[in-house]
Amino acid sequence: MLALTYDVGNIWLDALLGLLAVVALMTLSTFMLIWLERKISARIQMRLGPMRVGPYGLLQTIADAVKLMGKEDLRPKTADRWVFELAPFAVFVPTFAAFVAIPFTRDWAVAFLDLGLFYVVAATGLSFVGFLMAGWASDNKYALLGGMRAAAQLISYEVPMVVTLVAVAMIAGSLNLSEIVLFQNRVPLFVWQPLGFFIFIVAALAELERQPFDIPTAESEVVGGPFIEYSGIRWSMFFLASYTGLMIYSLLGALVFLGGWEWPLGSAAGLWLQLILIFVKTSLFIAFFMWVRFALVRLRIDQLMSYCWKVLIPLAFLQVFLNGFVLVYGWPDGFLLLTSGAGLALAMYIIYRAVDTEPRKLRMVPARGGASSAQPATVDATGSE
Amino acid sequence: MTVAQLIFYVIAALAVAGGLGVVLARNTVYAALFLILALLAVAGIYILLASEFLALVQVLIYAGAITVLLLFGLMLTRVDDLEESMVGAQWPLAAVASALLMGLLITTVATSDWPGDADGMITRIPFETLGQALFRQWAVPFEIASLVLLIALVGAIVLTHDEEGDVEETK
Repeated sequence: MLALTYDVGNIWLDALLGLLAVVALMTLSTFMLIWLERKISARIQMRLGPMRVGPYGLLQTIADAVKLMGKEDLRPKTADRWVFELAPFAVFVPTFAAFVAIPFTRDWAVAFLDLGLFYVVAATGLSFVGFLMAGWASDNKYALLGGMRAAAQLISYEVPMVVTLVAVAMIAGSLNLSEIVLFQNRVPLFVWQPLGFFIFIVAALAELERQPFDIPTAESEVVGGPFIEYSGIRWSMFFLASYTGLMIYSLLGALVFLGGWEWPLGSAAGLWLQLILIFVKTSLFIAFFMWVRFALVRLRIDQLMSYCWKVLIPLAFLQVFLNGFVLVYGWPDGFLLLTSGAGLALAMYIIYRAVDTEPRKLRMVPARGGASSAQPATVDATGSE
Repeated sequence: MTVAQLIFYVIAALAVAGGLGVVLARNTVYAALFLILALLAVAGIYILLASEFLALVQVLIYAGAITVLLLFGLMLTRVDDLEESMVGAQWPLAAVASALLMGLLITTVATSDWPGDADGMITRIPFETLGQALFRQWAVPFEIASLVLLIALVGAIVLTHDEEGDVEETK
């Protein structure tokens, strides 16, 4: 257990220091990410973004944090007190716990776990409980609908996420995050697993509830989703958890698919080079997630569900199946690229077909009475006559 | 008392508290939330026994997936409607039956001769051995179990799925 570069000696002090490091990292990165997101969104929309507080608005997030702390912590009178107040923690703690197993460099992690990959997935997968608690306890129909949507989305997209990570672990031959990174000494895994990489990015976007998958908090549909009744410090905890999740999934993607600190410099690289490598790769993911947010429009909930269950999950199983073939028969690594690339082409074709087809005609059914009593009308789904 | 024992007692107390909460909570959503607490505490006991894989599966599947179904069902029903049905007229009978079952379980556990009895040493079984046993030695029972689950899943979908465009007749 190397919490920091030197051994403290005392196991309890070691754990405490590790936790402190995680908390500090989480808070700092969240502050930076919020600023970055506002700046990137501003650039994409040809604005300047925050400019007033500090140089280039760098201190804007701190000003916002002070404002949020000062806000009154409101609770609706009819809300369920305990569930309402504990919900932010139920979202916050799992994402926080996932940080523990992430190796930032070869020797820097709070804990090196043999089942690290599995642990991160299991820990982040628990956060749905908090969304459901917040949605139910707020005693607000929009909050309840948002909480239900969040839970349904998180549970559904966890399946392709886990299956595709299983496919990657098959190739690397380990669930230990450090060993997976070391495996990518020469070639990072996104080369061998392009289909898995694609599924990971889509599933991560959905798990993070970012556009185009921000259905649980869609403003035009369920106002603010499960957070509608929250304010002040509790609301900012949800906010913090969402940006921590962004950090976790970006780090996981950088470690598992982009070769982490190992590729392309190798294990011999010094600590600083390793840190720079992991920072650059994580930033690539973060920038991509933010870019997608302002480039794509929101999906409908039925599109979200059918895309997950009818496209992503079969493709993820296909990836496992193909990897199994290549590994069992000992075919050369090139076959991995070949089969997975073919799978990716199939995924792209499916998306192309879905985008290219005519909008489905919706048949309106009468609200009351049998189908015989009222004439079913046919309406174009796009609204054009 | 060693540190491990102290941690065990804390986790065990949490598990028991969660279990009691499931049974005693008047509100069914509370009961489901207490169930998550109990399941997580059991995962903690698995970690103390050096079975990390089992613990993570417990978190991922039981705490993370099974209870979401319970919560879904409970949150979309009215809690007030269930208040009456929680205590039926036959509760003394149920209590006697539960007490008998509990006694039976405790005596069985206490009197059985377990192979490889706990002697203070924990035998770590690597997770590769587990995989070998599950997918090679016991592959057929594993496949049968998954087939049964698949059939149950397909059956549930067939029973609840309406064909698109079906109009339900009003009552």
